[in-house]
Amino acid sequence: MNQTQLLRFITAGSVDDGKSTLIGRLLHDSKSIFEDQLSAISKTSAKRGMGAVDLSLLTDGLQAEREQGITIDVAYRYFATPKRKFIIGDTPGHEQYTRNMVTAASTANLAIILVDARRGVLQQTRRHTYLASLVGIPHIVLAVNKMDMVDYSETVFHSICQEYRAFAAQLGLHDVTCIPLSALNGDMLVERGDNLPWYHGKTLMELLETVEIAHDINEEDFRFPVQWVCRPQTDEHHDFRGFMGRIESGSVAVGDEIIVQPSGRRSTVKAIHTYDGNLQRAVAPQSVTLLLDDEIDISRGDMLVGAGRAPQVAKELDATLCWLSETPLDKQRKYLIKHTTRTSKCLFSQLDYRVDVNTLEQHPISTLHMNDIARVSLKVQQPLVFDDYLSDHGTGSFIIIDEASNNTVGAGMIAARQ
Amino acid sequence: MSSNTFTHLDALESESIHILREVAAECKNPAMLFSGGKDSIVMLRLAEKAFRPAKFPFPLLHVDTEHNFPEVIATRNLLAEQLGERLIVRSLEDSIRRGTIVLKKNQQSRNACQSVTLLEAIDEFGFDACLGGARRDEEKARAKERIFSFRDEFGQWDPKNQRPELWDLYNTRVHNGENIRVFPISNWTELDIWQYIARENLTLPSIYYAHEREIVRRNGQLVPVTHLTPVQPGEQVEILSVRFRTVGDITCTCPVESTARNADEIIAETASTRITERGATRMDDQTSDASMELRKKEGYF
Repeated sequence: MNQTQLLRFITAGSVDDGKSTLIGRLLHDSKSIFEDQLSAISKTSAKRGMGAVDLSLLTDGLQAEREQGITIDVAYRYFATPKRKFIIGDTPGHEQYTRNMVTAASTANLAIILVDARRGVLQQTRRHTYLASLVGIPHIVLAVNKMDMVDYSETVFHSICQEYRAFAAQLGLHDVTCIPLSALNGDMLVERGDNLPWYHGKTLMELLETVEIAHDINEEDFRFPVQWVCRPQTDEHHDFRGFMGRIESGSVAVGDEIIVQPSGRRSTVKAIHTYDGNLQRAVAPQSVTLLLDDEIDISRGDMLVGAGRAPQVAKELDATLCWLSETPLDKQRKYLIKHTTRTSKCLFSQLDYRVDVNTLEQHPISTLHMNDIARVSLKVQQPLVFDDYLSDHGTGSFIIIDEASNNTVGAGMIAARQ
Repeated sequence: MSSNTFTHLDALESESIHILREVAAECKNPAMLFSGGKDSIVMLRLAEKAFRPAKFPFPLLHVDTEHNFPEVIATRNLLAEQLGERLIVRSLEDSIRRGTIVLKKNQQSRNACQSVTLLEAIDEFGFDACLGGARRDEEKARAKERIFSFRDEFGQWDPKNQRPELWDLYNTRVHNGENIRVFPISNWTELDIWQYIARENLTLPSIYYAHEREIVRRNGQLVPVTHLTPVQPGEQVEILSVRFRTVGDITCTCPVESTARNADEIIAETASTRITERGATRMDDQTSDASMELRKKEGYF
């Protein structure tokens, strides 16, 4: 059986940066495009009077988009090489679609930020990078595209990289790789090409295949939100009482002491049950069923945590919130907060400031509009068990739901309290 | 197991189990669609992994076109019985008798009409969530659909007004009369499915594997000769070694030439194939570039 890993990445850039061409090229050169797809886009290219096959058409999904010639939502693409399986979250570059980028970025290991070599680091490059840092994407690739338009100039590439690295460092991004490429000609994507002999780093595909992702999840702190309590109550499994869930971070072994939050009661892991047999040890992000030594009251929404660093248990929290709805936030209203497996009512007690995603300046606010990113404080009806987002994405993230419309209207990342 | 030996199949499996348990915990009255096809057989195994040693917290539902290959229905019945799970079958024939489906001609493809019977079943049982085995790699409209896909009271999908879906925090809330379609294997590809079938040693209908069959060549596709798809004047019947990549309505499901007799041989073929699953095997997706999107807007899966 093959032992390939899964890597999720996003691509961010404007329509003009050649993003769709880059994705089309990755799919095409890794032989992930099928003949019928190629024949469909060849027909469309010809219908639109284009000479060559437009690889960007591969990522155009919906009828509405094809009519307007723009990408309006997050689309997911899949390809695999012998080393890895990849999921691409393709997000549009328009300013009004911050929410789409945050959505796709929330599950990504890596972000490819595209710039046009002729135009260098733009306001939108900073915006995309800020959003990637906000959502805590561990690995960033600056793809300096259209190198063919600047005569494959090493000087141009280095000055763009220098400017970008300085900006990324301000945001606390540590793993940044800059790659010069031409998506149109295929230079440095899958093949090295002959045009960039001065560049000795990895091609984009080599980087995607080798970037170390095994340690992206917090490996220290065991966090296990209980999803579902399994009580078969059959003769065969009369006393079976298993707590089902997915390990968000850390690991657990038989015999480990665990603490049930928010009650604070303690017990010991008796068994780690799976369909394929019992395990001695399980790690994030495995889905397992835990059996405990003691009969204590545990239900969905509770969290089993390790005896090490404790999470916070509180009814108040500070967070960075991205507003996703066309209806502005109403501070007088109660909303629902879904955090791990617990859903509770909440109120926004304080709106501190909004961050201008272009300049990173802070502005005072009285409400939040779609695509706004703000620092807020919340009061929650039931206590939540959480970590700050930077140390644990699984227990530091939440969504806000409008009870009247049932829409998902906000996405939050819990901040460490000063 | 350490995170280094956690393969892409392990990652996909764990994500799917997490989704199934969220549905069980948060939806009042879910159902799992089960047709006897390979994706729904993978879904059954995932449900076993999610809920055993208990029973599934939902029934299985098959919207039966009655245009099925007999091998598929036999496997459907066998698996439901082996697992001891409740299987509800609702037939398009009943909708036709009721007059809620009006066919233009008797032998047309019934895939598009499944929406009607599905919505009637949702209404009859009051299901608020239907688990389905659709995958995003199948088709470009699906590539943009959420894992938890909200449908209005007419079962319709509005691609421009989808709920944002972040992290693994799924919004399962619906008003009365509305429902959600949930796709736990959204992120799986055809190759992943076959690798999983091989790894888990799953039982599939025999027509997924190479067998000799009478076919005719029609519009660049291989059409199986059946009582619903008879030979047309001027066509030459050939006997070829073929297998089915999908097993939908007989009238619009075509096999591909193959000699792959087990999952491992299919994996080898799939890894090197040059045509998409639906492109090779579905006549109904070739009518226009936006066929699937239009059907989904009408309540299709």
